[in-house]
Amino acid sequence: MSGLTLDLLLLQVVTGVALGSVFVLLAIGLSLIFGMLTIVNFAHGAFYMVGAYMGVFLYGLTKNFWICLVLVPLAVGSIGLVVERFLIRPLYGRNIDDPLLLTFGLGYVFIETIRILFGLNGIPFSTPAGLRGAVDIGIGHFPLYRLFLIGATGVLVLGLWLFIEKTKFGLIIRAGARDPEILKVLGIDVSKIWLLVFGMGTGIAGLSGILAAPLQAVTPEMGIPVLAEAFVVTVVGGMGSLIGAVTAGLMVGIVVAMTSLFMPEMAKVSIFLLMALVLLVRPQGLFGRAGLMG
Amino acid sequence: MIATTSAASLIAFGKRHRAALAIAVLLVFPWLMPYEALAVNILVLGLYAVGFNLLFGYTGLLSFGHAAFLGSGAYGCGIALVHFGVPWFGSILIGVLLSAFFAAIMGFLAIRTRGIYFAMVTLALSQCVYYLFYQAVNLTGGENGLRGINLSEIGILGFSVNFLNPTTKYYVILAFVAFALWLFSRLLASPFGAVLEAIRENESRARACGYDVARVKFIAFVISGAFCGLAGALKALHLSIVPIETLHYLTSGQVVMMALLGGMNTFFGPFVGAAAFLLLEDMLTTMTSHWQLVLGAVFVIFVLFFPKGIWGSALAWMVRK
Repeated sequence: MSGLTLDLLLLQVVTGVALGSVFVLLAIGLSLIFGMLTIVNFAHGAFYMVGAYMGVFLYGLTKNFWICLVLVPLAVGSIGLVVERFLIRPLYGRNIDDPLLLTFGLGYVFIETIRILFGLNGIPFSTPAGLRGAVDIGIGHFPLYRLFLIGATGVLVLGLWLFIEKTKFGLIIRAGARDPEILKVLGIDVSKIWLLVFGMGTGIAGLSGILAAPLQAVTPEMGIPVLAEAFVVTVVGGMGSLIGAVTAGLMVGIVVAMTSLFMPEMAKVSIFLLMALVLLVRPQGLFGRAGLMG
Repeated sequence: MIATTSAASLIAFGKRHRAALAIAVLLVFPWLMPYEALAVNILVLGLYAVGFNLLFGYTGLLSFGHAAFLGSGAYGCGIALVHFGVPWFGSILIGVLLSAFFAAIMGFLAIRTRGIYFAMVTLALSQCVYYLFYQAVNLTGGENGLRGINLSEIGILGFSVNFLNPTTKYYVILAFVAFALWLFSRLLASPFGAVLEAIRENESRARACGYDVARVKFIAFVISGAFCGLAGALKALHLSIVPIETLHYLTSGQVVMMALLGGMNTFFGPFVGAAAFLLLEDMLTTMTSHWQLVLGAVFVIFVLFFPKGIWGSALAWMVRK
């Protein structure tokens, strides 16, 4: 470890934050749906994958990354709307495991449909023109796209937070997460809120897919390892908590970046060890409410 | 009236002798299947689903990490045979013990959570087991899987038996499965089995009755893991290789699919589910390379319209008649 300097260490922290941004994006979509509908969306990774493919397809049509960033979440969110309306809605009031099982099966359907449409092999997704190269951030050069990823995640999290905390609709969402019965009594159509929240959550999954696409090859299976990682983040942060998703996502990103620097062979396993550690101390996660776990 | 009584008594008879009946069906099973290798697959994966069902069907805990136990059983057995030259019988035992060991670690962590949280934690922990075996290339062969499990002749009570003959292989494996089924049936009929079902129906009430719910869940998790480990060890002997996919997330999902297709919380349902799953796969692969699309769609339809599964719905229909 002769080349280890403070700058290198700090640079690795920033790399971890960029990696963590993807985790944050994945976990807030998952957490939003869980916090409101108490459904674990096992197709979340598949929605993420569909988002990446939708990005490949729309980028080919429009040649404009920014337009894709708007269109992809809308398109993937629309698929989410259809899924909630026709597949998940019949399951409300049934066994709590049923939506989880259904979305698991749905993941299969998505992966196979993408294989039919785009083939079995991965598709490279090049970094958009204005975001290539690296910039000097004071401690060394850092890829511009990763900085953009951190910024985009920050904007999205802030926007979502303002939406939930400051708007009337956000108030209804917060109330619905606590007590849907009272909302119904007040004359609010809860099923519409649930529909919309599911659409938002899957839309964010799609957005994470296109944002992560330039970092890796786009393959039909790309959502599978990501699902486990998103689960680790939500378990560490606490289900249904926005702050938890952000904190845990960044934490997991930094842990992975640090272990890849010091113990590369442990990089894949490290996040699971982190989860095990958190489970031992706080089974409900860092920001989770114990009551939500049932 | 008479018909109702006889149907009810028939069901009561079936329940009392469920292990014997299941074994009787499995004895003639190879002649009902298109080919024997498929029958062995159904036998082995049926046992995998039985072990999973102890946790999901009987205790109400949905685990998405059972590939870790099938996989560690298969690798444990295979590694003992290939690298340490342990006799086949001892290798199976090592496989079972290794999966019980992993189940103890995973169970210890997972039972601290409840409900759907449990499914997420088991999935994440099994992913960890996947990477552990994936990286121990010297022992497991890494991405290529473990090869070199060549079992042509095995000695049973002094006799030498040809393990390459598919029929012989089926009955040797059936002997283990039959023993497991008998044990499983005894377990369910015991007071311990009753506590499991009590936890599934109402966890708070079971706790109020004075049962140590966490400990019972932990023990159920380890036993379930051991049953799946036995299935894994037998799978390794059957296939002669252990592909790394055995530990994959989709293998965990497969067993959930089998249990649901067949019928949870029924004794024979997992075998019906494994048979339905593998026959469907066998049929579809000859028609399309995208058979998983149909499989996923069938599963979604079952969750929506037949949550009791094939065998569970058939039993409910028989009771109504």
